[in-house]
Amino acid sequence: MTARNRELTALVPVALLLTAGFTAVFAQESERLDNLSLIYGAYFLAVCLATHLYLRIRLPNADPYLFPLVALLTTFGLVMVYRIDADLARDQANWFVLGLLLFALTIHFLRNYDVLERYRYTIAGVGLLLLLAPRLPGIGEQVNGAYLGVALGPLSFQPAEFSKICIVVFLASYLREHREVLIVGARRVLGVTLPPLKHLGPLLVVWGASMFMLVFIRDLGSSLMFFTAFLALLYVATGRFSFVAIGMAMFLLGAWFFASTVPHVHDRVEVWLDPYATPQGSGYQILQSIFAQADGGLFGQGFAQGLITIPGTDNALLPAAQTDTIYALIVNELGLFGGCALVAVYLLIAARGFKIALLADDGFSKLLATGLTAVFAIQAFVIVGGVTRVIPLTGVTLPFVSYGGSSIVANFVLLALLLLISDRARREASAPAPGGLALEGGR
Amino acid sequence: MNRQIVKLFGLIVVLFGVLVGFTSYWSVFEAEALKEKNANKRPLLEQQQIERGRIRAADGTVLARSVPKGSGDNLRYVRRYPEGALFGHPIGYSFVEEGDSEFEQFHNDELVGEDSEFTSILDELRGKRQEGNDVVTNLDPEAQRVAMSALEAAGFGAVVAIEPSSGRVRVMASNPPFDPNRIPTELKELNANTFETPLLNRATQGFSPPGSTFKVVTAAAGLDSGVIDLESTIDAPATIDVQGQPLANSDGASYGAIPLESALTGSVNTWFAQLGEEVGSDTLFEYMDRFGFGSTPAIDLPDDQVERSGVYEGSDLLGRGDPVDVARIAIGQERLLVTPLQMAEVAAAIANGGRQMKPQIWSRVVDPDGRVTESLDPAEYSQPIDEETAATLTTAMEGVVDEGTGTNAAISGVPVAGKTGTAETPFNESCGGGDLNQAWFIGFAPADDPEIAIAATVECTSSFGGEVAAPIFREVAEAVLSGD
Repeated sequence: MTARNRELTALVPVALLLTAGFTAVFAQESERLDNLSLIYGAYFLAVCLATHLYLRIRLPNADPYLFPLVALLTTFGLVMVYRIDADLARDQANWFVLGLLLFALTIHFLRNYDVLERYRYTIAGVGLLLLLAPRLPGIGEQVNGAYLGVALGPLSFQPAEFSKICIVVFLASYLREHREVLIVGARRVLGVTLPPLKHLGPLLVVWGASMFMLVFIRDLGSSLMFFTAFLALLYVATGRFSFVAIGMAMFLLGAWFFASTVPHVHDRVEVWLDPYATPQGSGYQILQSIFAQADGGLFGQGFAQGLITIPGTDNALLPAAQTDTIYALIVNELGLFGGCALVAVYLLIAARGFKIALLADDGFSKLLATGLTAVFAIQAFVIVGGVTRVIPLTGVTLPFVSYGGSSIVANFVLLALLLLISDRARREASAPAPGGLALEGGR
Repeated sequence: MNRQIVKLFGLIVVLFGVLVGFTSYWSVFEAEALKEKNANKRPLLEQQQIERGRIRAADGTVLARSVPKGSGDNLRYVRRYPEGALFGHPIGYSFVEEGDSEFEQFHNDELVGEDSEFTSILDELRGKRQEGNDVVTNLDPEAQRVAMSALEAAGFGAVVAIEPSSGRVRVMASNPPFDPNRIPTELKELNANTFETPLLNRATQGFSPPGSTFKVVTAAAGLDSGVIDLESTIDAPATIDVQGQPLANSDGASYGAIPLESALTGSVNTWFAQLGEEVGSDTLFEYMDRFGFGSTPAIDLPDDQVERSGVYEGSDLLGRGDPVDVARIAIGQERLLVTPLQMAEVAAAIANGGRQMKPQIWSRVVDPDGRVTESLDPAEYSQPIDEETAATLTTAMEGVVDEGTGTNAAISGVPVAGKTGTAETPFNESCGGGDLNQAWFIGFAPADDPEIAIAATVECTSSFGGEVAAPIFREVAEAVLSGD
């Protein structure tokens, strides 16, 4: 079977799941059953099919599983968001279409993505500017003490979502060029292997940027996500674990320093360590998130059965259910099995992403695929880990599932880049010896 | 670089494994503990969305029901108690903010229709919402009403009426009462009222010395252990010396050598004090244990709302081997503290030929489709005394009502067995420090074929048990017997 036929086949269960999901929500809340909501399903499937046909023409060799997996997440997200609020789901569906549009444009214009290397400093500059934007007077927005959003007229978005792609592109390009000198120029000081100082400058800028995010944007989640992705790339590029250890030490030092000086960051850490100290205050969200999971058990309460607001009031029982704590709602309604299934989908996407990196034969493609996959997986870890109290709870979105335009659109651009790399890698891998070099079974 | 990429993927697998681990921890392993947390209102909020079943009296009268408020996602149910204060005890209350108590708390699982996780999944697949079951009690509304109004006329106190052959609780009244409908607005005030303590179910939590009603237990121990028989006599002077303190008969009279029946009829203190000493504290404690003293009564109310009767040193129960004044315990004084429920169980055990049944308020559980899913299977708690002892005691107790201190308990045409009690409670602060009594009556009727055993008590009264408690017994017994 060709890659694209496999993709088409894989979309079938996604379509079934979507239908089943909406049916379940309808069955629970029969008063909400109207034609408009039924149209959602058809609309969604048509868009997926169109995307599939577009991929068939433009990237025939690209990985066949990534798009169905992402469609699965989006489906899951749409059903959950629809169950929370039908109006939000309509927005989300529109964002989904816009995301696919940008996805198509990315594939169209960046078919030769090596061009990104040429503009790497510009891209890095744009990435940093995007991070800075929420603090710019006039357009910056503050949410829960963190500066996460930018408002341009009626449009409001979270620049960190786009910034992460810019930073990964820059790092992949920079490390591709400097990895040799970083390895060769390294010297041992007091038993620790240190990178050469003159090539460290730009990397220190990245460290500085993530510290900056902690202090000025107060976005602990994005900061953690950026820096972990950076360390992952540094490790893959150089193979030096000591660089990662030094980087981690620097991050923890900085994080500790700012956690004790910046009140917002300090609060998040305190609440993480002891949420019961302020059950009605800052500990409310994480406690309610955990209580919601406790109520889910193995199988969950069932779609649309969980409580989001306190009945009879508009007070949130599970604050930010459509964004930050959507994973808690999923565990509440679909149980441990539902939560594990979702984590498994993210893991499968990560596996496909790293597979692309393994197949790619030039350094930039390898590092770019690794970086994009790592930042995606780590984002999922940061928010799911936050909701399950593995790490402090932060305002990062769950990719493709949480409600939010910036997240969906940016992650579709990320997916487009991964598929571009994949298409080239697999085309090159299969071209020289047709049928001979079977890198994957079933071809 | 491929080696590093594989290792990086390995790290991601580990990290995601941690996520699965934590999710399992919260959703399964730690779930029960989290549901108990005070900050977690979910269990109550979810129960509020379930139509909790009704609680009914034996005749079908609705004692508690749920009424819907709001609709759609906001639909929730609020508890209503149509009989108001009449059944505040022992039904209790159930509200989201204020919590629950008594019968509502004990039978919560049946009332909300709590099933195992597996069956609820099946219900979910069938699109069925969780529904509560009705629980029908053995309570007799007419007799409960009679008991409450008799108590309101007499003073603070309690009445417990049990069917001896089955342990079915027909009446459980406690005065002052509370109206469970007012809990959402008045819980704080009710809790703050430490003088009247309306939330205290005096029938199961109200402690007082049993006075002479306890002589029935002493007599049971003496007869059953073979220390005395119906003919045995003990010389009963006006006063005897016990542990350096004089112990006198309440009427100051000397009775000479008399048998059990005369001693019980006249409630002769010096007779029973000597019997107690002859029986000894070990044997007396043994018989008390058999009657259920020292243990939490096996009634269907939450353990923390049912007190253990016994001899107390502070908050510790004394037992065999502890230094006690057995002569004074034998006449229901010393540090002996009992609940009306315990004394009703003593009367019921004697009435049932020495076989003591577990007291139960519930009778059956009816599911939303009207099917009886569970019904009470009367169970024996213990057999404290043999049938012969029970018969002898019954004869003696009949004498109390026929010609002794308990004549006010007599019902025309129905033989009644009983025992009065009047304990002086000079240190009872709730009586305002006055020189007042705890008045008691325990008994059963008809004596030859017992249908109901009753304990009635009135606190802080200047009257004797025979004057104030015996009439309550008669009124409640008549109400129960006429209702059957």
